[in-house]
Amino acid sequence: MNAKLKETILNPIFKGNPITVLVLGICSSLAVTVTLKGALVMALSVIAVTGLSSLVLSLLRNTIPGRVRIIVQLVVVAMMVILVDQLLKSFEATYAIDRQLSVYIGLIITNCIVMGRIEAFALGNKPVPSLLDGLANGAGYGLILIIVAFFRELLGSGTLFGIDVLKGLGYVTNNLVILPPFALILLGCIVWVQRSIQKDLQEK
Amino acid sequence: MEYLSLFVRSIFVDNMIFAYFLGMCSFLAVSKSVKTAAGLGVAVIFVLLVTLPINYLLNTYVLAPNALIEGVDLSFLSFIIFIAVIAAIVQIVEMAVEKFSPSLYSALGIFLPLIAVNCAILGGSLFMQQKDFSNIGEASVYALGSGLGWFLAIVSLAAIREKMAYSKVPAALKGLGITFITVGLMGIAFMTFMGINV
Repeated sequence: MNAKLKETILNPIFKGNPITVLVLGICSSLAVTVTLKGALVMALSVIAVTGLSSLVLSLLRNTIPGRVRIIVQLVVVAMMVILVDQLLKSFEATYAIDRQLSVYIGLIITNCIVMGRIEAFALGNKPVPSLLDGLANGAGYGLILIIVAFFRELLGSGTLFGIDVLKGLGYVTNNLVILPPFALILLGCIVWVQRSIQKDLQEK
Repeated sequence: MEYLSLFVRSIFVDNMIFAYFLGMCSFLAVSKSVKTAAGLGVAVIFVLLVTLPINYLLNTYVLAPNALIEGVDLSFLSFIIFIAVIAAIVQIVEMAVEKFSPSLYSALGIFLPLIAVNCAILGGSLFMQQKDFSNIGEASVYALGSGLGWFLAIVSLAAIREKMAYSKVPAALKGLGITFITVGLMGIAFMTFMGINV
């Protein structure tokens, strides 16, 4: 695998992470991270939608007229999201989660990461790199989601994936952590850690 | 009184930003100065006020189960219909603003077309679908309230960020990090409204 492809895949995970560096996709990342299961389902959905949409739009990139660009992008992304949503509804294991996350699955359409990567990458690059870029950005997004959800579920309910971990040890659940604002504070801390490690990201 | 209660609840209790985190991306990006924040906030109110009732009518008379033809449930098309309406309305608003107020158009710049993908607009329509309003009046009141709540949130954050430019924030926290933490604290503050029974 050549160096450029490797960079396309690895960059969005840490150095160019869509949430903490590009500041995209914040909306849905906060609401779904109450449980690890929800975060995982959302992460996989976004990976699928970003990858597939980038692939399709990269294949179409030379045929879309300039004026209707945004509408075509929205239609393609909406189709992918409908597919993913119907898929989630059809399996018993994920149906409950889909009901819980219902609005936020739909909001993947307006998830800035999907549109952002299409505009920034897929419309100017070949299909295979675009697919990889979409998958990698989805993965970078998923990583942050899982980190936030890990702390929120562990400290908030004492469980991980619904399996009791801390409660048996006498831990009293911290309800502040389950509240949505805590996800923002946690994101602030993750950004803090990342920028301390990567000094070039710090703002002047 | 039902309308007043819905209005107050949609501004404070169901605040688009602090309760549901919708519209975060442009919220964080545009909140550096109060003036641009206010401009974007007004644009969001307007787009919500136009698109939500239209989507309500579409939902009630076309998409809901048994609405158009007996036995046909078109609700799986909701996403694509809602976003198409929103994109079309934003395009029209953009053309109107460009014609009637060129100064506002250049002030808002890229953010006007970006309202089309603002999660708050689509989220408002999706929540409307869940909430099952009884008439278009309630949907409109909800739209106005949600827009005002978003406006309130972004202008408050812009005011705080303007003041924070004079504080000594650690280098690694400056900008994005401290903004996240600030919004989190504002969210906790807004939770005081949760118990209100209007």
